[in-house]
Amino acid sequence: MYGGLWRILPGPAWFRALFLLVLALALVWVCFEWAFPWLSEYVPINDNTVEAHP
Amino acid sequence: MRHVRAGRRGGAVSSFIGVVGELLITAGVFLGLFVVWQLWWTDVQADRVHTQVLAELDWPQPPAATENAEDADDDGPAIAGEHRGEPPVMDEPADETVFAELYVPRWGADYVTPVAQGIDKARVLDRLGVGHYPGTAMPGDLGNFATAGHRTTYGSPYQQVAELREGDPLVFRTETTWYVYRKTTDEIVWPHQVEVISPVPGLMPGEPIPDLTDRLLTLTACHPMYSAAQRFIVYGELDYWAPVEEGTPIELIEAGVKVRGAGGQA
Repeated sequence: MYGGLWRILPGPAWFRALFLLVLALALVWVCFEWAFPWLSEYVPINDNTVEAHP
Repeated sequence: MRHVRAGRRGGAVSSFIGVVGELLITAGVFLGLFVVWQLWWTDVQADRVHTQVLAELDWPQPPAATENAEDADDDGPAIAGEHRGEPPVMDEPADETVFAELYVPRWGADYVTPVAQGIDKARVLDRLGVGHYPGTAMPGDLGNFATAGHRTTYGSPYQQVAELREGDPLVFRTETTWYVYRKTTDEIVWPHQVEVISPVPGLMPGEPIPDLTDRLLTLTACHPMYSAAQRFIVYGELDYWAPVEEGTPIELIEAGVKVRGAGGQA
């Protein structure tokens, strides 16, 4: 999978490595900004209020 | 060895296993990043917002003690008197309004957190710090001033909630007034035990509310840490109140707490 990605990228090795690094950082940013805040709603490890449950 | 060689030749099965392996590694990295985000980045983000929110309050700084100091260079804060009469009580503000600051010397001289109206997780507790249960008493009022805060993640305002000892001051400041509460007891309860925030803690919802005589405080935080199975509850009672224009509570001065305010250095 990742080997295939490496092969279809054009250009010299340093360019491919740089491109993949930027891609990885962009994915981490998307996770931190949107994916994880959304996911955390379903992972209630830090609820701290008392609430009446029927 | 034969398997390795088969893999090099690109057999369908081994390339399938290879892709599955890469997906599993990706999932592992994703979960690891989630833990980093939850345990570290939410704290970084919330601390940044708390600092900004506190700076935006732009409340007056309590006066310095210059007038009764021998030399004019000594401008430590004036000590506020301990008022035990009827305290001023503000009306409940709109949701998400930051209406108080909380200082707790036991949690460090630089500990200060905003207190906002509401207990909505995403809009108040994850962002603004400590939340005030709507409908419970406001600071200083008869009944129970009930608050919630994260013990871990999102700034962790109530991280050291279990380290409070009996008699420890919990000092709330609104724009004009100090309210010095002291811890009485704590307990661990289940998340559905809403009686901990009753006007008289322990009173079940629906029970008639007796004439209120005490000015109480409740903190709720998760328990155990990194779990939401139970709640750690701290109770307190108002010791005294003081106008901010009079000075700073002696508890904060003795602990070396620097009170922020307009024109002052944080």
